Amino acid sequence: MSLEAMYQQVIMDHAREGHGRGLVEIDLPHRGESHQVNTTCGDEVTLRVGVDGDTLARIAWEGQGCSISQASISVLSELLEGESLETADETFEAFRALMQSKGEHLDEEREDMLGDATAFVGVGKYPARIKCALLGWVALRDALIQARGASSAGAEGGTA
Amino acid sequence: MSPDLRDDFPLLARTVRNGRSLVYLDSGATAQKPLAVLEAEAAFYRERNGAVARGAHLLAEEATEAFESARADVAALIGAAADEVVWTSGATAAINLVANGMLQASLGAGGAEAERFRVGPGDRIVVTELEHHANLIPWQQLAARTGAELAWIPVDDDGVLRYDEVDSVITPETRVVAFTHASNVTGVVTDVEAIVRRAREVGAITVLDGCQSVPHLPVDVAELGVDLMAFSGHKMLGPTGIGALWGRKDLLDALPPSMFGGSAIRVVTMETTTWLEAPQRFEPGTQPVAQAVGMAAAARYLMDVGMDEVARHEAHLAQLLREGVAALPGVRLLGPVGGSGALDVLGLAAVVVDGVHAHDVGQILDDRGIAARVGHHCAQPLHRRLGVTGSTRASAHLYTTEDDVRAFLEALAGVREFFGVTV
Repeated sequence: MSLEAMYQQVIMDHAREGHGRGLVEIDLPHRGESHQVNTTCGDEVTLRVGVDGDTLARIAWEGQGCSISQASISVLSELLEGESLETADETFEAFRALMQSKGEHLDEEREDMLGDATAFVGVGKYPARIKCALLGWVALRDALIQARGASSAGAEGGTA
Repeated sequence: MSPDLRDDFPLLARTVRNGRSLVYLDSGATAQKPLAVLEAEAAFYRERNGAVARGAHLLAEEATEAFESARADVAALIGAAADEVVWTSGATAAINLVANGMLQASLGAGGAEAERFRVGPGDRIVVTELEHHANLIPWQQLAARTGAELAWIPVDDDGVLRYDEVDSVITPETRVVAFTHASNVTGVVTDVEAIVRRAREVGAITVLDGCQSVPHLPVDVAELGVDLMAFSGHKMLGPTGIGALWGRKDLLDALPPSMFGGSAIRVVTMETTTWLEAPQRFEPGTQPVAQAVGMAAAARYLMDVGMDEVARHEAHLAQLLREGVAALPGVRLLGPVGGSGALDVLGLAAVVVDGVHAHDVGQILDDRGIAARVGHHCAQPLHRRLGVTGSTRASAHLYTTEDDVRAFLEALAGVREFFGVTV
């Protein structure tokens, strides 16, 4: 695999743009916040969600890290804000499967669901970088658990 | 350094990603192993494996002899006596052995002779701001558990120790001063004498982290004047899972053990135990014997080449590497360029590329077959002090070539362009 295949243009663009960046207050009754750290490099993200009924209505985050981690958070923000909680859960599982696929593409249905996030397929070839790509997704899952009123245990200081 | 020395290291001949030749620049994390080490370990298992210091059969005798002569070889590398060297699982374990021994003493263990290891409220424990986590956390935790105060010698904006602060940080209340012999981030070699002088003035014990120095520089513990020193096997061409604590014999004999089990004891009843002298009092349970034999082979290999020769070679690479990095636009070298002939800086360079995260830099290097370290290198406080979260580190050893350094510099020069970072 070439380096360009891993750092696809869509990843570079998202890393620069940082969709959803800015830790704004979310004014919705069901909120969740998660802080995740990649212990190997100290990269971190704080991600907030706001849930309205069955909809993941708002995502806001602040973080610093490598282009893979930052682009991944940007992609998930753009992809999932305004989607149903069910779609968010399914997309999370699809992304995790993509990371475990060792660089192989997934089936069409899941790739459609992942949209721009399929660009991260190359990351699965580099075990050391999977944590980078998953950092924001793990924060999202954790924040959603809180927003749904489940236990907030593990919300702080967890690792991706 | 003789070029055919590389033939002693079989791994260096392998190819890596994209079929490229390996450019190994991560020796600061772990060094590659010469055949002499691999064969010594295998030969021990093939011919002499047996229980050490137990049993009266021939194999037990030969294994014990191999284990103890290994201790003597490793001691010789640092100018010490064999009975001043304690085997540990690594440098981390060695430092923990001292800190935990001091905790045991502080809890009352060890009687009157352990008095000088006791710390509590009003006492001070001193480290430096550039320590590896392995030489920070054990002391931080000892302070937290005993009520002693942790203080540190700060660094300047270039990551160099502030020797002008030594006298004020090492107060008369200071009981122990733990510091590194050479930074694994800036590569700068510590002026040990400057710290030992003050520690002696106030009667504090000195603990030196020799992880980055013993594999690369001539180290003589008597000359250094420290009380204890930790170092690891795997960074000095030896196996993983083995390291050593050197200490002055009178201190080791007084330090209470903190790990308990078979073989380290004199008399055991259901209620009480008395300990053997050092080093055995610190070596309960079955020891990593083959690894000790391997570490000794590494020590002999280094002594055969000559530590002066190793240091000369790495001083040359340090200059090439650090001046090369400093000349690259948009690349920041952590620490001073240094390297004015004498090896006051190790053959390593930790760098930050403007606008590009260390992981991304590492990925570009990896693509070219270059193995370097990315992240905080277990020195978060120092990175924070230098205003960065991580860096990319290239580190050399005696087998590293000028071509390796050039490959690193060339790859580094192209990083910003790849990521579209403009000035």
